[in-house]
Amino acid sequence: MDAAREYAGQYGLIVVLALLPAYYLIKDIAGGKSLVSLGNVFVAGISNGAIWALIALGYTLVYGIIELINFAHGDVFMIGSFVSLGLMGTFGLTTSTGAGGLVFGLLAILVIAMLVTALLNVMIERVGYRPLRGAPKLAPLITAVGFSFILQDVGQLWLGGNPSSVPDLIRGGQDVFNIGGVAFERQDALALIVTVPLVILLTTFIGRSRLGKAMRATAQDPEAARLMGINVDTTIALTFLLGGLLAGAAGLVYALYQTQVWFFQGFRAGLIAFTAAVMGGIGNLRGAVLGGFIIGIIQQLSDSRIGGDWTPVIVFAYLILIMVFKPSGLFGEETREAG
Amino acid sequence: MSDVLGIVRSRWFSPALAAAAILALILVPLGIDPLSNTMDFMIYAVAYVIFALGLNIVVGFAGLLDLGYVAFYAIGAYSAGWFASDHFAAINGGKGVHIGVDTAQLPEAAGIHVNFLILIVVAAIVASIAGAIIGLPTLRLRGDYIAIVTLAFGEIAFTIANNGSDIKIGDYTLTEGQTAISPIDQPKLPGFDPFNTALSLRGYFYLGLAMAVIVLLVNLALRESRLGRAWVAIREDEVAAVSMGVPLVRTKLLSYAIGAALGGSAGAYLGSYTNSINANQFKFSFSIFVLAMVILGGLGSIWGSVIGAVILTYIDRKFIPGTLDNIDIQGKLGLDFSFNDLSFGIFGFLLVIMMVLRPQGLFPERRRKLELTEGLGTDESVYEARA
Repeated sequence: MDAAREYAGQYGLIVVLALLPAYYLIKDIAGGKSLVSLGNVFVAGISNGAIWALIALGYTLVYGIIELINFAHGDVFMIGSFVSLGLMGTFGLTTSTGAGGLVFGLLAILVIAMLVTALLNVMIERVGYRPLRGAPKLAPLITAVGFSFILQDVGQLWLGGNPSSVPDLIRGGQDVFNIGGVAFERQDALALIVTVPLVILLTTFIGRSRLGKAMRATAQDPEAARLMGINVDTTIALTFLLGGLLAGAAGLVYALYQTQVWFFQGFRAGLIAFTAAVMGGIGNLRGAVLGGFIIGIIQQLSDSRIGGDWTPVIVFAYLILIMVFKPSGLFGEETREAG
Repeated sequence: MSDVLGIVRSRWFSPALAAAAILALILVPLGIDPLSNTMDFMIYAVAYVIFALGLNIVVGFAGLLDLGYVAFYAIGAYSAGWFASDHFAAINGGKGVHIGVDTAQLPEAAGIHVNFLILIVVAAIVASIAGAIIGLPTLRLRGDYIAIVTLAFGEIAFTIANNGSDIKIGDYTLTEGQTAISPIDQPKLPGFDPFNTALSLRGYFYLGLAMAVIVLLVNLALRESRLGRAWVAIREDEVAAVSMGVPLVRTKLLSYAIGAALGGSAGAYLGSYTNSINANQFKFSFSIFVLAMVILGGLGSIWGSVIGAVILTYIDRKFIPGTLDNIDIQGKLGLDFSFNDLSFGIFGFLLVIMMVLRPQGLFPERRRKLELTEGLGTDESVYEARA
C-alpha cells in the first residue's frame, strides 16, 4: 500500500500529464488517421511552450526568492508585446524590409522591449512590494492584482479594447523544413532561437555568477544572506529585473508568432505560465521551462481537438489537480507554502 | 467634547445610529424619482453590500483569499435565469411550472417560475454547496496558493457560462453564453404590491435593503459566535488553532459555504434586477471589485465592508459615468477615451494605494489593525511574519 502511494506520488503527475496526448495518439492510430496533424500540434505546442517558458521563469524566479505570486507578471509581458509593436512602427519595419534590416531591427526591438519590461517590473517591485515586506502575505498579493489591473487599463488606453494586428515581418508561416507533412515553420524557429539562448544565459548567470549566488542564498534564507553581507533588497530587485527581461522577450516573440496583440493577452498568458511554473515545481528553473513546453502541448491539443473556448477549463483543471495532489510539481521540493 | 465622546462610546450609540440609518434608507426613496439613476445606484449598492459581507467572511474573518467569488454571483444569477424565466420554454408541455407565484395574469406562462423567496433559498443552497466543493481542494493549501486555486475555479465558472450555449441538458442549453437569458421575473412578495409596478424601482430597493439588513445581522452574530472566533483563530495562526482543538476542515468549509451562500442570494437578487443574465457579467474583474470593497473598508471589519461597498458602487455607477465623464478632462486634454473603460484600472490603483498606505482599511477591525501595524517597517519581524 505504501509502495503504491509512493509510486503514485512519484509518477502520478507524469501519468496525468501524458494522459491527454496519449489519448489522442491512440485515437488517431486506431481511427487509421495519419499522425501528421498530431505532429503539427506538437510543433506548435513546443513553440508556444517556449513563450510560456519565458514567462513562467519570471514567476518562478520571483516566487523562489520572496514567495510572492507576481500577479502583474503576465501584464508586464503584455506591455512587452505592445512596446514591440510600437517600435516596429517607429523603426519602419514592414513586410517588405530586407533581411539585413529586419534582423537588425528585430534585435534592437528585442533589446529595447526587454529593457522596458525589466524596468517596469523593478518599478512595480519598488512601489508595490518592497514597502510591504513585513506585512502579511496577502498584502503584496493584493497590490500585485492591483498592478495587473492598472497595466491592463494602460494597454486598453494604448491600443484600444480590440486585438491589434502585428505585421507578419518574419513570414512566420513559411516552412523551414518539412518532414512528411509535419512543418517546422519560421515562427517556430523564432520562438526557439530567442528562448533557448536566453534560458541558457539565465541558468548560467544564476548558477555561476556572484550575483546569481547571492540570489540563491537569499532564496534559501534571506536573513542569513543579509548577515553574510548580501544586500537583500538589491538582490530581490535584480530578480525582478531578470524576470522582466524574459517577459519582454516573450512579448516580442508572442507578437510575431500570433501576429496580433491584445490588452487581455497578459492575463490568460500569465495564468497559463503560472500553471507551467507550478507544474515544474515553483522556484525551480528547469521545472518552469519543462512545464512551459508541457502546458504548450496540452494547450495546443485542447485548442485543435477540444476547441479553443474550452482550453482555459483544461489548463485550470490541470492547475487545480497539480496544486491539490502534487503542489511540489515535477521537480520541486516540498515548499514551505504547500507543506 | 468629552460629552460627545461619552455618547459615541456608550453601548447604545451603534445600534441607535444603525436604526437611524435604516430609517433614513426607508424614507429616502419616497422622496426621489422612483425610476431615477439614484434609485438604480441604491439597488446596486445594497446588492454589493451583501456580496462584500459574504466575501468578508471568507477573506476577512477566515483569512482565505478567495479570488473566485464571481462563481457564486454566477450561480445565484443563473438560478434566477433558470427558475424565474421562460428559459425552459417547453417544460410541462409549454404550460410552465409555477411555484408560489401569482398565476392570475398569465396562468400558463412557459418556463419555470418560482417565488423569489424560494429562489434565493435555492440560490444560497446551490452556491454554498459549490463553495464547499471549491473549498475542499484548498484545505491543505495556504496563502497565495488558495488565491490561485479559487481564481481558477472562478475562471472555469466564467468559461462554462460563456460556452454554456454548447452544453445541452435535454433540449435546453445550460446558459445563453454572450446572449442573455431574459426577461427574469420581477420578485413579487406579499405586502409589496404597492411597489411592484413597472413604474417604480422602490420594490426592488426595499427587498434588497431587507436582505442586506438580515445579512448584516447574521454577520454581526457570526463574528461573536464560537464559529466566528474559530475563523479568526485559524486566520491568525492555523497550527495554534488546530492544537487548541479548532476543527480545521469544518471551520474552513463553513466559511466558504456561508460566504458563497450570501454571494448566491445577492446574485439571484441582482440577476432579477438586471433582468438579463449573460456570461460577460461573470468576469474575474467582478471578484476583484468586491475584494476592493472589503479591503477599502478594512479586512474583517463588518461596517467597513458595508461602507466600502457603498463607496465603490458609487464610484462605479455614479462618479465615473456621471461626474468624471461629464467634466470631460480627456476631451480638454485632447485625448479620446472614456473613464468607463478605466474603471478597473482605478480600482487596481485603489488596491495598491490602500495596501501601501493604509493596509488596515478605512474602518479597521481592532484586532486586524494591531496585526498589520505591528512590525510594519521594522526589519526584525520581516521574516518571521512570512514563515
